[in-house]
Amino acid sequence: MAHRRTATLWSLAGLAAVAAMVPAQFEVFAQTPAPAAAPIKLGIVSFLSGPAASPFGIPGRNGAEIVLEALNAGTAPAPYNKVGFGGTKVEAKYVDEAGSAANVVTDFRNLVQRDQVDAVVGYISSGNCLAVAPVAEELKALTVFYDCGTPRIFEEKARAYVFRASPHATMDSVGAARYLVAKKKNITSYSGINQNYAWGQDSWRDFIGAMKVLAPKAEADKILFPKLFAGEFGAEVSTLLTSKSQALHTSFWDGDLEGFIYQEQARGLDKRMTIIATTGESSIWRLRDKMPDGTIIGGRGPHGPLAPDNAFNKWFSKIYTDRYNVPPTYPSYQMAQSLLGLKLAYEKAAAGGAKPNADQIAAAFKGLTFTGPSGETKMVLGDGHQGIQETAYGTYRFNKAKKEPEIVDVMRFPAECVNPPPGIDADKWIADGMKGAKC
Amino acid sequence: MLTASAILTDGLVYAAYLFIVAVGLTLIFGVMKILNVTHGSFYAFGAYGAATAVGIYTNGDWPAALGFLFMLGFAMAIGLVMGIILERGLLRLVYGKDEVVIVLVTYATFLILEDVIGLVWGTASYAAYQPMIAAGNIEIGDLVLSNYDIVLVVLAAVVAALAYWSLKFTRYGRLLTTVIYDRETAAAFGINVTLVYTVTFLIGAALGALGGAVMAPKISVTLGIGVEVIVLAFAVVAIGGMGSIEGALVGALIVGICRAAAVHLVPQIELFVIYGVMALVLVARPYGLFVRAQPRKI
Repeated sequence: MAHRRTATLWSLAGLAAVAAMVPAQFEVFAQTPAPAAAPIKLGIVSFLSGPAASPFGIPGRNGAEIVLEALNAGTAPAPYNKVGFGGTKVEAKYVDEAGSAANVVTDFRNLVQRDQVDAVVGYISSGNCLAVAPVAEELKALTVFYDCGTPRIFEEKARAYVFRASPHATMDSVGAARYLVAKKKNITSYSGINQNYAWGQDSWRDFIGAMKVLAPKAEADKILFPKLFAGEFGAEVSTLLTSKSQALHTSFWDGDLEGFIYQEQARGLDKRMTIIATTGESSIWRLRDKMPDGTIIGGRGPHGPLAPDNAFNKWFSKIYTDRYNVPPTYPSYQMAQSLLGLKLAYEKAAAGGAKPNADQIAAAFKGLTFTGPSGETKMVLGDGHQGIQETAYGTYRFNKAKKEPEIVDVMRFPAECVNPPPGIDADKWIADGMKGAKC
Repeated sequence: MLTASAILTDGLVYAAYLFIVAVGLTLIFGVMKILNVTHGSFYAFGAYGAATAVGIYTNGDWPAALGFLFMLGFAMAIGLVMGIILERGLLRLVYGKDEVVIVLVTYATFLILEDVIGLVWGTASYAAYQPMIAAGNIEIGDLVLSNYDIVLVVLAAVVAALAYWSLKFTRYGRLLTTVIYDRETAAAFGINVTLVYTVTFLIGAALGALGGAVMAPKISVTLGIGVEVIVLAFAVVAIGGMGSIEGALVGALIVGICRAAAVHLVPQIELFVIYGVMALVLVARPYGLFVRAQPRKI
């Protein structure tokens, strides 16, 4: 009897654990009408649960859904107006990125080996990108990273099947430093608060490196690295209140950014120093009038209100807003740009008529230049596998008349001004004084 | 001087938050000997409940003080409902089982409840900053303190005083102390241990939800907040001693002050200091500061 009860309990615990893992395995095929030819299968991987789902994962997934629907309907603007990829409709399989790196790699293998997708587009976490890249090479599986920021993907090793259309994170920090120095020419002191993991550490390293080049007399005062998802920032706000810095750099995102903003506003920190939020664009539609006016806002590239005024942006912004009742933020743009780049590479490789294989698509993607909702992407770093773009920063203000967030006083920096030249590692480029930057 | 006063005030605020979260956890362990991982869910549900309540009272244009009380009451009511469902529906089935099995059950429940949050409130984050902004701030020299943080410290002190008074000076408190000391003897003397368990679990659940409610105005209420808090709460409870309410108070103060000092003086070790202190305490006192080694019953 006792044995049976123990077995029941273990079954319960097992069931609970399996149920908890469901989001990680939850897969949904997009509802697309059955095409005549075998559809092209894409695996779309993004955080669908957990803390990164709301700010990044879901907007990225929604960006994929809306773009693929438009491509399958042939309603995207030229040169993306051919149905699907080269006339063949595209079927997407959405997979949750949540879980350990080992789980993420297992899911990647399942997509490639069991589901036999033609390409995988996804990944937000730099750790997951670093874990997936060698497996993608081993399986010779075409993979496009859409959001993760670490420069190490292509700096550590040459890749044959891995691509990233979105620029890496160095651009965000260098752009932030250039904007800050342009707006505060006499800056003498700045501080930083970044999350204590790879993203936060790398962002601060690049920012302080760029500041040493651009404003060598300015000193970094308070350098804070609270743990990821710390939630409570009382001590950090107090520390910053004791500083005489004129600016505060942060690469905080979502919950940490919003929690920090609420807590610092209650104590008036933003009245003492200008906050530079390198991912702030992804939070402006939620924070609205709670984002302090005067905050310097970045969007990990020219996305959202910082995107160029081109036909692709108007199209994408409209279809996204019409569907989801909120404007797209930078992860949606990064996903759209990645999918459009992959489509062009596919169609270039399929010019002969037959369905191209991964090697042919990779050869066509390498070194590609294309324009999408966030402007022009040039695949020039990482031997043609890593894209660069211009970037833009601006100053936030909440338009009380329109009751809408606005980014004003926008400065745009050319791609070659904020990205390292081909063949040079990002940190070395900054440490050597950002030589060769074309601003 | 400025730094010293900032360390003290920041430490107190952080300790207040930690104590409110940890006191329910240590109470449940002390009485029921259950290491309740689901406590993180009580915190998260409390925070989401508070965010919902803030939405209701701001739309209804209620007075701030009434709205704040409604927020706390609403969140604690959610905690009570969850507590009764979990204790009567699940945990009573595993009383007497190996402690590891019970931890696994609470862990599995915690994971399920994370998904339940997604189903009920969706994946978007919620803001409930209104009470904190409405409370305003006070300037003391160069230091600006949030009045909401001062309320948080007062609330933690009230919870600590109530817990002490209830345990020492009420009939239920004495029954509880008997059960904590020896469950079997308490049952032999006619104490309804099952009822004590249920009531204790409900109080613990409500306190967990209260922790989430008071933090909701300070944070972005988003998926995964329960995971972070449960780790910290375990550290506090381990320092003070599993099951000791005085221990939770002292553990929270130690962690709060040490962390604030680290942030102000050596920010590089801010992450390390909490667990460093915990390790040091456990080396000297393996059962925590306020719990003595117990002889094992055979």
